[in-house]
Amino acid sequence: MSIGHTLLGLLESGPRHGYDLKRAFDEKFGHDRPLHYGQVYSTMSRLLKNGLVEVGGVEAGGGPERKRYAITDAGITDVQRWLETPQKPGEYLQSPLYTKVVLALLTRRDAAKILDVQRSEQLRGMRTLTDRKSKGDWADQLICDHALSHLAADLRWLEPTAARLDKLRKAVTR
Amino acid sequence: MTTSPTGSLLAAHDLRKAYGPTRALDGAEFSVHPGEVVAIMGPSGSGKSTLLHCLAGIVPPDSGSITYNGRELTAMSDAQRSALRRSEFGFVFQFGQLVPELTCVENVALPLRLNGSSRKDAERTARGWMARLEVDDLTAKRPGEVSGGQGQRVAVARALVTGPRLLFADEPTGALDSSNGERVMELLTEAARSTNAAVVLVTHETRVAAYSDREVVVRDGRSRDMERAV
Ligand SMILES: Nc1ncnc2c1ncn2[C@@H]1O[C@H](COP(=O)(O)OP(=O)(O)OP(=O)(O)O)[C@@H](O)[C@H]1O
Ligand SMILES: [Mg+2]
Repeated sequence: MSIGHTLLGLLESGPRHGYDLKRAFDEKFGHDRPLHYGQVYSTMSRLLKNGLVEVGGVEAGGGPERKRYAITDAGITDVQRWLETPQKPGEYLQSPLYTKVVLALLTRRDAAKILDVQRSEQLRGMRTLTDRKSKGDWADQLICDHALSHLAADLRWLEPTAARLDKLRKAVTR
Repeated sequence: MTTSPTGSLLAAHDLRKAYGPTRALDGAEFSVHPGEVVAIMGPSGSGKSTLLHCLAGIVPPDSGSITYNGRELTAMSDAQRSALRRSEFGFVFQFGQLVPELTCVENVALPLRLNGSSRKDAERTARGWMARLEVDDLTAKRPGEVSGGQGQRVAVARALVTGPRLLFADEPTGALDSSNGERVMELLTEAARSTNAAVVLVTHETRVAAYSDREVVVRDGRSRDMERAV
């Protein structure tokens, strides 16, 4: 995720202090990984240097967290451009699970067991996310749904693969 | 693999069931504890529904044992088994379980009426369950007048109205879109947990299975309990 663009976006609704920016970020985007203050300051000084934000005032006795940042026109343009650029679809052609399955087939090990254990692990993760989604607010629901869709997609590959391991073994060891 | 894990509510050992040359169950193992939600997963035709029907005493297995609360299901008479189903089990299936001529509240109240409750008492309890499943505004409608998702919630309310200790559900969300399906699962598991009812849930949907505590995978009529396999 681009922390810089996210912080810039948060500034669009009005100037904020460093500590306030961190709090807003953590609340909406932090989830399992809150920002370190160090990340906020290094990011903000880069944005400052590039003219995407400006400092609107420093409170008395204030360290960097007391700085009040405001987005510039160049900053707004930058956020806009970032939002309009599509994300690269994920790179899925280097899957460790695929490698494990093929190696197990090649070495005549129990590939079904590998898939069973993976399914079980995958479902364990999905249970945790489902639970969090049920108890959480809209942000938890949205992010957990995203993660759940990805885990479910892995399983949609796993099931038909498990169902044709015998055929695959023949093809792989030919 | 051994069965009858201590404290289980329902346990099955070495179940076999053939339909002509098809071995629908070929040495299946299963157990569920009180209040536990277990998902039965596996490819189409692997024997999931057959397993559920055997566990629920709807279809007799050719061999093997099924103990419910210490009683051997396969040794009971048909009358004993159906009495057990009526008093201790609840059922939810994919389609067509509501009586079309009755209103939704009459449908939900039906199991209580069959057990001898007065109409007034039965419908009061039924309304309470419909509220928990968020369909209390549908009491006066007939099944033909509600959506698929609403109908499934009414069916879940009906399955839980007698306070069963064990709920059997075969693809309960199979006919619903994913967000409706998940909401039905959320309400179903919440309601089951609040009454400490165990749930045996057949599903091929992993997001639905994620509402379970544990999964059992059936392949070629044999089941693998992942908790014990790992
Ligand atoms: N009443 C029946 N008569 C004949 N064969 C049957 C009967 N019920 C099931 N079978 C066969 O037994 C096997 C297991 O069927 P079952 O319905 O248990 O599968 P399933 O895992 O529930 O599949 P699905 O995911 O498609 O519902 C299949 O080969 C099926 O054709
Ligand atoms: Mg089935």
